[in-house]
Amino acid sequence: MTLEEIRSRLEAFVPGCHAEIVVNGSPSAQNSLLIDRQHGLQAAMYLRDHPELQLDFCSNVTAVDWPDREKAEKIKTKRIVDGVEKEVEETKKTTIPGYLEVVYHLFSIAKKEGPVVLRMHTANRTDEVTLQSLTPVWRSAEFQEREAFDLFGIVFEGHPDLRRILMWEGFTDHPMRKDYVPPPDDDLEILAVSEPGA
Amino acid sequence: MTQALPSEAEQDQVMEISMGPQHPSTHGVFRMDIRLDGERVLRLKPVIGYLHRNHEKIAEAASYLAAIPYTDRLDYLCSMTNNWGYALAVEKLAGLTVPERAEYIRVIVSELTRLQNHASVVGFLLQDMGASGTPLMYAFREREKVMDLFESLSGARMMCNYMRFGGVRVDCSAEWLSQAAKVVAGFNGFLDEFERLLTGNEILMARTQGVGVLPRELAINAGVTGPGLRASGVNYDLRKVDSYGVYGRFEFRVPLGEHGDVYDRYMMRVLEMRESLRILEQALRDIPSGPFMDPKARLRGLRPKVGEAYARIESPKGELGFYLISDGSPNPYRYRVRPPSLINLTVLEDMCLGQSIADVVVILGSIDIVLGEVDR
Amino acid sequence: MDQDLKTELSKHGIFATTFEELYNWGRKNSVWPLTFGLACCAIEMIATTMARYDLARFGAEVFRASPRQADLMIVSGTVTKKMAPQVVRLYNQMPEPKYVISMGACAISGGPFRDGYNVLKGIDRYIPVDVHIPGCPPRPEALIHAFMALQDKISAQHLTGESRPRHLKRDLPSEFQVPELGEHGLEPQQNDEVFRNPLKVLQG
Ligand code: SF4
Repeated sequence: MTLEEIRSRLEAFVPGCHAEIVVNGSPSAQNSLLIDRQHGLQAAMYLRDHPELQLDFCSNVTAVDWPDREKAEKIKTKRIVDGVEKEVEETKKTTIPGYLEVVYHLFSIAKKEGPVVLRMHTANRTDEVTLQSLTPVWRSAEFQEREAFDLFGIVFEGHPDLRRILMWEGFTDHPMRKDYVPPPDDDLEILAVSEPGA
Repeated sequence: MTQALPSEAEQDQVMEISMGPQHPSTHGVFRMDIRLDGERVLRLKPVIGYLHRNHEKIAEAASYLAAIPYTDRLDYLCSMTNNWGYALAVEKLAGLTVPERAEYIRVIVSELTRLQNHASVVGFLLQDMGASGTPLMYAFREREKVMDLFESLSGARMMCNYMRFGGVRVDCSAEWLSQAAKVVAGFNGFLDEFERLLTGNEILMARTQGVGVLPRELAINAGVTGPGLRASGVNYDLRKVDSYGVYGRFEFRVPLGEHGDVYDRYMMRVLEMRESLRILEQALRDIPSGPFMDPKARLRGLRPKVGEAYARIESPKGELGFYLISDGSPNPYRYRVRPPSLINLTVLEDMCLGQSIADVVVILGSIDIVLGEVDR
Repeated sequence: MDQDLKTELSKHGIFATTFEELYNWGRKNSVWPLTFGLACCAIEMIATTMARYDLARFGAEVFRASPRQADLMIVSGTVTKKMAPQVVRLYNQMPEPKYVISMGACAISGGPFRDGYNVLKGIDRYIPVDVHIPGCPPRPEALIHAFMALQDKISAQHLTGESRPRHLKRDLPSEFQVPELGEHGLEPQQNDEVFRNPLKVLQG
């Protein structure tokens, strides 16, 4: 089944589900499906149990951090300068709000096919970072979602045991985020800069 | 797993122990929080992260080339296959091709890696079972021969840093190939000896048969890969399924287990070593001459187009995947390793429930984890 | 005792020694390491004990899994921040006299993983190290070399006098502070009693 077929079936059979194809520009051409936040679990169930797909093996689960980005656009506007109408170039800056993304790579052991790539986005990077956990569908996501929770701070709703996995309990940061700064004074080079006379 | 949970009256015998991170049989710094009723396991939670070395974060700040030596240190018993997984991912991402000779060299070094990994694993497994010394010594004796081959090829015993996207770093000489052929020819004898000692051994059978059974459905659902999956009877070997590299050209079988217990997982490794030897014989016979690097590949300052790629290979532990996202800059925007060791651990609790604490050690040994890969 | 005289006497079949020499000779040939592997370097440590390199030739084949029975800690691999408290605790549990070999670039300084947020930049921030061996991983020969260096160190120790080793000085500690896992990293970041900060050493 092509990705487009999968997409239209998902939208048809999972009520309310919105799926979108994300095109991958690299030579690998592994396009992916972006599923909306509310229907991740149902869509996953559908993909696993559909007899023609049988995506029974969820291989890789990971997260990607997309911080707020600024996009500069040049816009030409007409304005009256010194009484004459002129075309003036202006740069307009728009902030694209950031989000966290989870990526699932699905394969079918029964059909020996794959990968089908699923993606989901959180609403933002700060307070609305909840997504549906797919661990009830594929156990293999259990540790990998915990890892995404630990290192990226994505909260998986419905995960049976959502705790930190690699860092210790009591650690408060999410170090794989792009804006993470490790504690200062940790390195001697930094020490040398911060206390020159010590 | 079939035994019933203890009644209220028995509950007061329940005891919580923490096994690891310093424990001789946890293969490094792995810890398990275990709840025991006498000797029976009621609950088991793996605690990991004691070797979390931030591989992914470091690789995201480095160039594509600079990540290769770090991949060596993921599963530090199998640096060659780790290199291959990463090289394959970059090749997919950037659309590079690999010359034939390099593909053959890759197969040869990877199968050698599989040999020494499986030999060591079986050695460690028996060590954990109480066969102190001998099997491990035998395994390491053979391993040293492979290490010598790797050293003369790449300059390092363990951390080979040998493959590059678009080929391999240096060519192998005809002399090296004949040395490799000699090691391969000798390995069968070692396997015969090893099997004579072990396969029919009563103690080994008593300790492993029916222990740590992993049902087929659970294995698939929990994403177990590698010998562990095949021991449960699932025919899924990426060398056959994806036929990456030139694996499609070789004749070999995929051994399958029936019961999914520790004994089957042990047998899988022994049988896979035999199949690896067959692949090696064919590869050493057929290796063509020619270039060993794609002349168009740019190692330094590689800037793949914006996009992403996921590539996977059959490492000795299971499916080793690399997921890369490029934003067009010289370093990957996202670099992710799909570690087979970590994901195979998901089912550790399921396999251990109801077993005795002494079996936990054996079951863990049969999964074959390397902490460098579990924690990255 | 004069070395020449001793040699001369031994030619006549008379063996003369001091208690100190005898004691150190016994100690240096029965160093029991802790079965304690951290990362990749541990594999080379295992290889060192196996048939080809055979650490047993130096009296150190008895690897003990319990720190209570071990004399030597080979810190073989990357010490992460999560693991550092356990390493110090294990060291504290070992009885005196105890020694530490810091094996590999990681144990010395963090090595290739120095930039990692969870990597401790050298175990000598928390416990005293006797021998450092560089390498990534050091070859088994290098570990044997380090081991012999440790043996030399032991046999040169004097049992009396000001230069006697730490374990014979009653007022010196044999246990060191165990760092805590804090919200962002380890607290404290180093133990100033142990750590010879290279910057401070350089500046006198
Ligand atoms: S020094 Fe190198 S080989 Fe040793 S633990 Fe560190 S990375 Fe691994």
